[in-house]
Amino acid sequence: MGIQAITAAALAKKVIRQEPLFILDVRNEDEFKDWKVEGKNVEIINKPYFEMLDGVEEILDQIPSDKEVLVVCAKEGSSQFVADMLAEATGGDYLYLQGGMKTWSEHIEPVKVADLSDGGELYQFVRIGKGCLSYAVLSDGEAVLIDPVRLTDAFAAFLEEKQVVLKYAIDTHLHADHISGGRELAERFGASYLLPSADAGSVTFSYDPLEDGRTLTVGRASIDIQAMYSPGHTIGSTSFIVDNQYLFTGDILFVDSIGRPDLAGKAEDWVGDLRETLYRRYANLDRNLIVLPAHFSKKEELDENGRVMAKLDELYARNQGLNIEEEGAFRKKVTENLPPQPNSYETIRQTNMGQAAPSEEEKTEMEIGPNRCAVS
Amino acid sequence: MSMKVNESVDAKGLACPMPIVKTKKAIETIEPGEVLEVQATDRGSLADLQGWAKTTGHEYVGSKEANDVLYHYVRKANPEETKEETTFPHEVTNKELNEVKDQAGVTVLDVREPAEYAFARIPGAVSIPLGELEDRMKELDTSHTIHVVCRTGNRSSTAAHMLQENGFDHVINVKPGMSEWDGPTENDQ
Repeated sequence: MGIQAITAAALAKKVIRQEPLFILDVRNEDEFKDWKVEGKNVEIINKPYFEMLDGVEEILDQIPSDKEVLVVCAKEGSSQFVADMLAEATGGDYLYLQGGMKTWSEHIEPVKVADLSDGGELYQFVRIGKGCLSYAVLSDGEAVLIDPVRLTDAFAAFLEEKQVVLKYAIDTHLHADHISGGRELAERFGASYLLPSADAGSVTFSYDPLEDGRTLTVGRASIDIQAMYSPGHTIGSTSFIVDNQYLFTGDILFVDSIGRPDLAGKAEDWVGDLRETLYRRYANLDRNLIVLPAHFSKKEELDENGRVMAKLDELYARNQGLNIEEEGAFRKKVTENLPPQPNSYETIRQTNMGQAAPSEEEKTEMEIGPNRCAVS
Repeated sequence: MSMKVNESVDAKGLACPMPIVKTKKAIETIEPGEVLEVQATDRGSLADLQGWAKTTGHEYVGSKEANDVLYHYVRKANPEETKEETTFPHEVTNKELNEVKDQAGVTVLDVREPAEYAFARIPGAVSIPLGELEDRMKELDTSHTIHVVCRTGNRSSTAAHMLQENGFDHVINVKPGMSEWDGPTENDQ
């Protein structure tokens, strides 16, 4: 009998492999309601640790004995405390999540998406606890990072492992749900930081303006990265077509949903742009392009390798947000009954504009919770 | 602001579950109705202490922050307060108090604990906790009409009786009191 720690990386593998797992989440009810570990074969219950200070007898009948049981809390201490009591009460084995939901929120998993022409490679970074997706395009010793998140050490380690030099760090738009790592990575590696100028009106730093039609190249073999202005989630939102095969949609189009237009202003102002992007600009593209979004919101969007991607054609066939014919109905869908806004989204935007400089601890705190960038 | 409390717990630098574990131990050492201060640096303690208080029935009075330390105030549940006490013959509602509280010759006497008073009180209310009333009632003007308030009307009823027995002729108990007060308030911060 006993308790054992598992890392966020090990938990991510279990979730991706769809292993059966029972989770006892001992955070308070509000935190649990806000956000939790999700997986196809994950069964999860919530019982705050402070209701079990005298013992776990009350919940023993809810804890299965025929599958792995993991206890999670905000940071770690309380899950260890409860797992200990469970082990003592039952004589069984229990896992607890090392670093708690804080590290779960910050874990990113690089997954290879595809080989590109001339030996290039495309990677997707899945931040599974928060639903953020970042990308790396590699070719001939050079790298481009698209929508890299704040966890810059993970990207730095990846660049070193692949022995590539960072040329560009790009944000498809000014993010409101997470703190960008783009500017910091660009500074650290002497690369250019690109941001759509229409989103950069209030930034306090200098950047390389990303304009419609600009083509970037990576490596001598030159993999094309074509920028395409595609507003709607923000006024500057820009998509990319990479190697004529992949469409990076940022927060405009997701696999299961579409972007919301209200995080940087009034939904009504941008709803027309969003419709134009989704129903005309994207609709006129090659339908064989493979869509790579900046987020996922449901665990079902992950494929068996832990990747999130889909053919544009397929999305026009089954993504509800692309199939609302009547403009009024579309307007209603993207402006009414939207999910709550991401936690701390105002301060996150200010941080990404360079107007606020929170401490590392505050950044962690601000980013806790789901991304909520989709309309549903 | 430094606050008068009955006991203080230092959980600075400790991560969850320790602030709550220490709070639970400490609250067992104080009397019902008394106030415990919990000093913590773990920001998670904010939501968790409120959750814990709700589950256990103790009153979460409030919290403040100074130099990155959170100071929480919890008042130990008092089983007697949930019992219906002998009511005081002269009573007014919160609404009636709100109408007369600023008139000359009216004193609003708040008999809750200093921590409760510090977080939200009626502007101008005089603070004398119930436990100190016997010694300090001489601070009050016997010619005034004394409106006594607490959280739910029970402590104030006891206080009103006490004042009446000691020569105060114009004493009125306010029901229910601060738990449902929607008039103006002030605090120490």
